[in-house]
Amino acid sequence: MLILTLSSVTKTFGGLVAVAGVSLAAERGQIVGLIGPNGAGKTTVFNLITGSVKPDDGHIFFAGHALTGLRPHRIVSLGIARTFQTIRLFPKLTVLDNVLSGCHCRLSSGVVASLLRLPSQRQEEKLVLKRAMEELEFVGLAEAWTSQAGSLAYGDQRRLEIARALAAEPKLLMLDEPAGGMNEQETHNLMKLIGRIKDRDITVMLIEHDMGFVMQVCQKIMVMENGSLIAQGTPLEVQSDPRVVEAYLGQDED
Amino acid sequence: MTKKRKRLFRTLEILGPVLFFCLPFFLEEVDRGPYILDLLSMVGLYALLSLSLNVILGHAGMFHMGHAAFFAMGAYTTANLNLTYGWSIMATLPVAALTSGLMALVVAWPVIHLRGDYLLIVTIGIVEIVKIALTNDIFGLTGGPNGLISIARPSIFGFGITRPQHFFYLIWVMVGLTMILFYWLENSRFGRALKYIKEDTVAAEGMGINTTAYKLMAFIIGAAWAGMAGTIFASKMRTISPESFSFGESVTMFTIVILGGSGNQKGVILGSFLVMGLPELFRNFEDMRLLAFGAALVAMMIFRPQGLCPPKPSRYRLPSPYDSKYPGGGHC
Amino acid sequence: MAHLVEQLIYGLTVGSIYALIALGYTMVYGVMKLINFAHGELFTLGAYFGFVFLVTLNWGGFFGPAIAIGLTVILVSGLVAMAGHLLERVAYRPLRHSDRLAAVVSALGASIFLQNVIMVVWGSRYRAFNASLLPTVVWQVGGQNIPLIRLFVFLVAVAVMLGLYLFINRTRLGLAIRAAAIDQGAAKLMGVDVSRVIAVVFIIGPALGGLAGLLVGIYYGQINFNMGQIYGLKAFTAAVIGGIGNIPGAMIGGLVLGLLETLGDAYISGAWKDAIAFVALILILVFRPTGILRERVAEKL
Repeated sequence: MLILTLSSVTKTFGGLVAVAGVSLAAERGQIVGLIGPNGAGKTTVFNLITGSVKPDDGHIFFAGHALTGLRPHRIVSLGIARTFQTIRLFPKLTVLDNVLSGCHCRLSSGVVASLLRLPSQRQEEKLVLKRAMEELEFVGLAEAWTSQAGSLAYGDQRRLEIARALAAEPKLLMLDEPAGGMNEQETHNLMKLIGRIKDRDITVMLIEHDMGFVMQVCQKIMVMENGSLIAQGTPLEVQSDPRVVEAYLGQDED
Repeated sequence: MTKKRKRLFRTLEILGPVLFFCLPFFLEEVDRGPYILDLLSMVGLYALLSLSLNVILGHAGMFHMGHAAFFAMGAYTTANLNLTYGWSIMATLPVAALTSGLMALVVAWPVIHLRGDYLLIVTIGIVEIVKIALTNDIFGLTGGPNGLISIARPSIFGFGITRPQHFFYLIWVMVGLTMILFYWLENSRFGRALKYIKEDTVAAEGMGINTTAYKLMAFIIGAAWAGMAGTIFASKMRTISPESFSFGESVTMFTIVILGGSGNQKGVILGSFLVMGLPELFRNFEDMRLLAFGAALVAMMIFRPQGLCPPKPSRYRLPSPYDSKYPGGGHC
Repeated sequence: MAHLVEQLIYGLTVGSIYALIALGYTMVYGVMKLINFAHGELFTLGAYFGFVFLVTLNWGGFFGPAIAIGLTVILVSGLVAMAGHLLERVAYRPLRHSDRLAAVVSALGASIFLQNVIMVVWGSRYRAFNASLLPTVVWQVGGQNIPLIRLFVFLVAVAVMLGLYLFINRTRLGLAIRAAAIDQGAAKLMGVDVSRVIAVVFIIGPALGGLAGLLVGIYYGQINFNMGQIYGLKAFTAAVIGGIGNIPGAMIGGLVLGLLETLGDAYISGAWKDAIAFVALILILVFRPTGILRERVAEKL
């Protein structure tokens, strides 16, 4: 079953075509990799899906909803959560506060309930703390719940970003270079974590430059170059595709 | 901090306000008692205003310099309802909150997305426009440059609020209630959302927070409270005119919040005493007051940009079983 | 409509003053991305320095009007430039690498501070310039009155702006300023001494602002310690109209605002004259934040 579909989506910045008529689809429950040389338009595709950038043309559908034109917060509540290429936590807030930000869209207490601390609001607060701690345990950061997010080690900050995204209870989790800057041990743990996320029936879509990582983790890989999708398939198919070898893998060797 | 010192602070925290509330009994006998009580009431009024600005500036991090506009809206609403329709002052309180909140909705809607410094300058523009409108007797409701006179005193359940100590209690009880309500607000889903917006608006939106709506709500709540402060102000002064709601008043509130520690209620109260109370002790240096504010703002940004009492990291009481598994948190 | 030409000339006169002040905002904003809230007070300072030379010391009586005004123009510009430089040193330089909003608050503090220093030194009441400094000549052209003083103010302002325009476009330093305004980081990499550019901008901008203050004093004949607030806000509006960071834009924006205001004053309502600028400011920021010249303002996502 398809969970995400992009049909001929185009985005230009000034005169530069960042994404040129890209059509792609993601199967529910899969781990999908989006690769390509720098400047290929991968992050723009992410930004288009999560709504922080609006497409000039084309349509995006997710689990039966048209996403085109929706603001980012609406898209999160429909079930797409993300992490950022450069870590974008709330560095001065605590680890727990960061995860609670992900929970926000699943809660309902409004201003009046908060101002008057109504019983329903207190009940909800108790539940949300539980939810947030569950996610922190899931990524292995529960011990650090009172620490300042900005003070965590780099790899821990990446994991916290994932916990924060998971707290939004997404159906689709989008990771922008999750292994970027990680050492071998951390990368290995990340692979296991992504596997466990998949086990929770969450579709994962990721951008990554570490080819070993992508080939090992993803079931399906899409390759972009100059704003267009040039190939897609299983890791084996992609690796043997001559266009990919020429456009990407070849270039990477120099 | 050692346990002993912590306990001392706790005691002071409770004892301080209790003693403060007993002040009128001592001051009644003193020579300049009524004057001091009046001054403390003014400090309280500005504390109320600054607490409300704190929601917008301190919690949501929006650089709003036009709070005097909402203060004015509340004061003129009360004055009109009282003078023209004979409403009692306390009955106008919710209406003042409503009109000021409504004004915030209308005024802030189009400009809410502007970046910090632009928002600052637009809100200054708004205060100036409001002042021009008040001076020009807009809709015949504001009395022009002379303002409106002989506004009634408030009464609660038939008890007339007339003497300085009455106003002292009325205002400081409102301050206390506001502090409790805003403390709850701060430590809730709503308050957290504002905190995320202040830290990083783009990331907050990306985490599923409707940033526009929350910013707008912060504006409306802050404005509604400023409107209520306007009600109290109008009935305390009995005369209001455009001068009372100038740019300078906005600056004063802004200074209180920034100086005290934006986002921290205790800091705001401390700021109110420093900014409103301290200059009164040096009456001869009246002219130097704003001068000192200006210098203090510059020095503060250079040496202690977070303010005198910066907000502390939020604390939560974890539900079981996490409370025993991961101790180290505090009470909420 | 009988006095349309008079109104237009009046508008251009006021507008050229706005333009002079707006240049200071726009140059500082261009290079530092900071609204120099204290700029309005530097303008006021110029007016009061002029007051000291022309009224307190009565230079007009010593040197005759032409030399007195010439000397005053030079000295006032120089002194206010020094004040501006000092302001940058004390209030902005320590914050160059901290949070942008901290710099905004500091700017605001500096503005409040300066305004009150002026009040403490010269008092809070209006101060009058001597009216007899310039001969009150009024020319009659086709039934329209054209006072000499208006032309004087307008021509001085235009001459100075022309000089600035040539400086920015024809000199190496001008090129450095333009480069730093487009991209500070890239300019630095290309060998532009950004600190020097900032220092220069904080000398030229205040000098122009101070000159504008002097012109207002001579033109209106009276000055007040808080006049910089309204003039500053209006000049900032002019800078926004022209597209903030854009130097020719500030000049055009000033003239446009001056015309808008005088025409609004004459044909709509005098009492609401001051509101016109603020309404224009809000409308432009909401609907066309890049200004009428569509200067591209880089926005960080």
